[in-house]
Amino acid sequence: MIPAAIHDLGPGMDRLQRIALVVGIAGLALCGLELVRDPAQFQRSYLIGFLLWCGVMVGSMAMLMLHHLAGGGWGYLIRRPLEAAMRTWPLVALMVVPILFGTRALFPWADPAVVASSEALRHKQVMLNVPAFIARAPIYFLIWGVMITLLNRWSGRQDSSSDPSLVRKLQNLSGPGLVIFALSGTFAATDWVMSLEPEWFSSVFPGIVLIGWALSGIVFAILVLPLLINLPPLRDLAAPKYLNDLGNMMFTFLLVWAYLQVGQLIIIWSGNITEEIPFYLRRMTPGWEQITVLLAVFHFFVPFVLLLQRNLKRRIEWLWKMAALLFVLRLVNMVWDVGPAFDPTGFRFHWADWVAPVGIGGVWVAFFVRQLKRRPLLPLEDPRLPLVYERIELHRVGDVN
Amino acid sequence: MLTDLQSYPIRRDRLHGLMAEFETPEQLLTATERTHREGYRQIDAYSPLPVEGLAEAMGIHHNAMPAIVFVGGLLGALGGYGLQYWVSVMAYPLNIGGKPLHSWVAFIPVTFEMMVLSASIFAVVGMLALNGLPQPYHPVFNAPRFVLATNNRFFLCIEAGDPLFDPDETRQFLQSLSPRGIEEVEK
Repeated sequence: MIPAAIHDLGPGMDRLQRIALVVGIAGLALCGLELVRDPAQFQRSYLIGFLLWCGVMVGSMAMLMLHHLAGGGWGYLIRRPLEAAMRTWPLVALMVVPILFGTRALFPWADPAVVASSEALRHKQVMLNVPAFIARAPIYFLIWGVMITLLNRWSGRQDSSSDPSLVRKLQNLSGPGLVIFALSGTFAATDWVMSLEPEWFSSVFPGIVLIGWALSGIVFAILVLPLLINLPPLRDLAAPKYLNDLGNMMFTFLLVWAYLQVGQLIIIWSGNITEEIPFYLRRMTPGWEQITVLLAVFHFFVPFVLLLQRNLKRRIEWLWKMAALLFVLRLVNMVWDVGPAFDPTGFRFHWADWVAPVGIGGVWVAFFVRQLKRRPLLPLEDPRLPLVYERIELHRVGDVN
Repeated sequence: MLTDLQSYPIRRDRLHGLMAEFETPEQLLTATERTHREGYRQIDAYSPLPVEGLAEAMGIHHNAMPAIVFVGGLLGALGGYGLQYWVSVMAYPLNIGGKPLHSWVAFIPVTFEMMVLSASIFAVVGMLALNGLPQPYHPVFNAPRFVLATNNRFFLCIEAGDPLFDPDETRQFLQSLSPRGIEEVEK
């Protein structure tokens, strides 16, 4: 990559970068201990962390393409954070490697004895076998990497060029890009999450994972917003109206997530057949049942009621708090997705399940801040930007009182 | 020519208010904002298209609609769930596929739909109750040029009932907003 100028984002960002790196290295070192002590536990905890942060990266890509397609001022507020999150893709691609080496510990279908005893798994071997699994992962990252590189290149040119063809190019990529995201993401979520319980299947489950990833993307972008919102040139753009839009966007993905979860529950519960129902039986055992309720309450009902409040969405302090709550719940969701496959009879607390996501996250965030500093906070020459400012001006007259 | 009809003075007690006419939404927005800052509260703005921030400029920040719709949604959800509970558990307890009588998962779709239905009905009825529609008579239509409010003109009316209203001073104030014209509106 061409070395770009480093932009000063203030001492807050520098401190975040330093702390994140230290926390990340410390967290990963602790997990390293677990790798020596109990490799299977390490693999499972690492997978939880990987899924959370891979979700932020891929989800940021989806949110950004949505912004290019739909336009609107809200997208400019988080455009550069989303792009910086996307540019961590080489790091995330590197992070998938331990999972490729740990298939035997993670996935029942990678164990020949298990496959031999299950008719269904023998048939599924066409897709669920170790060489194919390892071969697919680089393909996902290649697809995402190409799209991310193009989105970044064209958006970067808008720092100095108001060429309208750049807007067109970004839009033309983003339309098909969202379809490609959904298709490639479905495969990735099937490989990395659904195949943990390989006899079980649900065609909507990868969709739930992907919507969760998109939610992670926007939630993370809102989380870093308070550190950026007072810096020029972003300061002039941070109208309550656009914060409101960001809140609505978070609300939308929250609703879709809940809608798909409930849809899956109703179908599987009504059918009540042997291949499908174990997914919920495992999540109704002691401990997991409480976490299921916790998810329903704090990943849906509480933020749902909060995000209905217009005056909360229009203030960054509140928007930030809601995003923080949701980000913690995104982690709980990942634990809930992965954990019951290993502990089907009840929840078992292990510190590594919570330290691994923090460790991976620390390194990831440090890398993210480094990327964020490489570009101005706004693509100032984007020809659609003046219109956004005009709308803010029109609004400000009315907002005086 | 139209303005000539207004050349006779209207008696004070027959006056609904003074109405200023503007040519752009920006002018209307600035004028409304200044009028509100001046202290006038019984004002109304008329526009052929939605103007962002106009309600806020008039000093209208909150209304009861969100609360009404929320209550409607809540009642609908409770009613929908309650009806299913009453039918399935109390009135006609049937064994369906060996599932418990109180099968809350199966109740979700109808509960959700009832919530949406009830919230929308509350929204429509509440909206009509709050904005006073349908209203067969409104004095502003007595101003001959007001027909342009559905075309390309923007109007701001300060009503005579406002405590600060004074036929001469208010007219002077409106004049200072440099409108295209000012009309007296008869009740």
